[in-house]
Amino acid sequence: MQIPVEGFMYPNEVELQWSVLIVLYPFITGLVAGAFILASLERVFRVEAVKPTYRLALLTALAFLLVAPLPLQLHLGHPERSLEMYLTPHRSSAMAMFGFVYLWYLMAVLLLEIWLDYRRDIVLKSQSTTGITRLFYRFLTFGSSNISERSLRIDDRLGYTITLIGIPSAFMLHGYVGFIFGSVKANPWWSSPLMPIVFIFSAMVSGIAAVMLLYMLSASLRGKEIDMRCVDKIAQYLMYTFIIDFSLEMLDLIQRIYEADESFRSLDFMVHTRLWTSQVIVQMLLGTVTPIALLALTQLSNFKELIRRRIYAIAGCLTVVGIFAMRWNVVIGGQLFSKSFLGYTTYKMSFATREGLLPAIVLMLLPFAFLWVLVKLLPPWPDARPASASGTAPAHGTT
Amino acid sequence: MDITRRRLLVLLPAAAVAWKYIQAGTPEAAPNYKIVEHWWGMLIDIPKCIGCGSCVRACSEENDVPDGYFRTWIERYHVPDWKIERPEVESPDGGKQGFPPNEISDGKNFFVPKLCNHCQDSPCTQVCPVGATFVSPDGVVLVDKSYCLGCRYCVQACPYGCRFINPKTNTAEKCSLCYHRITKGLTTACCEVCPTGARQLADLKNPKDPIHEFLKTHTVQVLKPHMATGAKVFYNGMDGSVR
Repeated sequence: MQIPVEGFMYPNEVELQWSVLIVLYPFITGLVAGAFILASLERVFRVEAVKPTYRLALLTALAFLLVAPLPLQLHLGHPERSLEMYLTPHRSSAMAMFGFVYLWYLMAVLLLEIWLDYRRDIVLKSQSTTGITRLFYRFLTFGSSNISERSLRIDDRLGYTITLIGIPSAFMLHGYVGFIFGSVKANPWWSSPLMPIVFIFSAMVSGIAAVMLLYMLSASLRGKEIDMRCVDKIAQYLMYTFIIDFSLEMLDLIQRIYEADESFRSLDFMVHTRLWTSQVIVQMLLGTVTPIALLALTQLSNFKELIRRRIYAIAGCLTVVGIFAMRWNVVIGGQLFSKSFLGYTTYKMSFATREGLLPAIVLMLLPFAFLWVLVKLLPPWPDARPASASGTAPAHGTT
Repeated sequence: MDITRRRLLVLLPAAAVAWKYIQAGTPEAAPNYKIVEHWWGMLIDIPKCIGCGSCVRACSEENDVPDGYFRTWIERYHVPDWKIERPEVESPDGGKQGFPPNEISDGKNFFVPKLCNHCQDSPCTQVCPVGATFVSPDGVVLVDKSYCLGCRYCVQACPYGCRFINPKTNTAEKCSLCYHRITKGLTTACCEVCPTGARQLADLKNPKDPIHEFLKTHTVQVLKPHMATGAKVFYNGMDGSVR
């Protein structure tokens, strides 16, 4: 397949190395980190209003985290050797640490926090169900079936501590992904100390927007009333985080324009041509300025509930699309120009190949399938919490 | 030390991990070759290069380089007058078949052969997640293709565009400075065929190597010195427009 080239590329540069799958990787881990940070708002910072989304946010984070390594795995030339990253990690490599950061976050933070939060429900379900379901829930108790008030209080305290550890871990998970790109000194489009922090804030933005959308969608599907106090609060946080994220990105942009180093002319031309649609139109105008303006509008005016809901839905969707475009522009944009700064190549996305559009779509749908299963097994809705025979109230939130 | 069953269970995985480390850092062996007595690099004399493409062809044949990929290539520069920031550069098929006659008469025209710079502080080896690419004790950056994951991070990290993914092996590949030849006392395939001596293999640890005299008497540069990679491919007569 002939790849159109403009100007001069080093001969080995013509073919892009990182495809749409590598765009998914920071996008998915961003959703994980963002969803978890939203959950921690309620747990650590006692933002009571967002409580209805607490468990949904945790399950969303888990569903996406389970999928996060798959695009990487699919992209590797030798996926069968990927375990070598655990066995013989190269300590100077930012990528080598991914396995450890991922495992830490999955095992030590997310799974443990979800288990502690759901333990009471799991125990009660293991008592109230029959057959295979009973065996399944009994297995999930891991032999810990004491749900006395004292025991639940310990769960709660432990969960709180894990969330405290989880917040920097979520920052580390995604800030580290930013570092993978930001530390490549050969590539001026990526190389920036701001990259990890921009990634963290954009992660928060995408995660908060995704959970907000999922909460509104799930409430509609279940025929339940949307808790507007909750959604209003989430939208408010979304706007604040988005403003910080946008400011950081603008800071990076202004710095680049003002410094105008040797790469500037080449990158500037790329933004005005090959990345114009994905960066300026989709990421900046549609995916950033528009949702911020819409969210700001809801803060300044007293719209009716229905209108607010619609605005939040539109702003949420645009936000997620905008953050995806941001990941695309970072990953793909960073490979479209030559390191000689004398030319540009083109990204030709195939369809039904290992790194094509089809696997990317499947990988994007997979977390929703996982989430559906998780929601069935561990319902996150406050009204779906099983009551114990003795009427023991859940400890969470009571201490 | 008594080896109990329990101790053996602990020792075996530890030994396996240690062995992997040893393997990852062990270059191809050659008899009578003392690895610590060498520190390899290359000298490229730009005014001598005629852009014939012999080096690219020789490299391709010697190392079975797939079509469309290059361990070494030649660029033709045309620098119109004072516009050294915007040179016109071309490298059709990596210069493998030479270059068509140049019809532009104004400004400067010259050829620049490129290859891996075998950097002392190479960014490509720094980022490899499993250490499959490494700097050998004699200063050659090598790839262990039996160990490489094919994650392509090293390709991204190389500032000079010297790496590619071999479609046959799905692993990273680059100039090995013909390691299989130089450890047997031969020169590289590209240096051997160069009709003008524009490429010279250099052993920087060997005091008798003519490179030392050349470096004393000529002004040489490395590519992209601001990258601080410790590149060991030295260019004589390199124009400021080359990148």
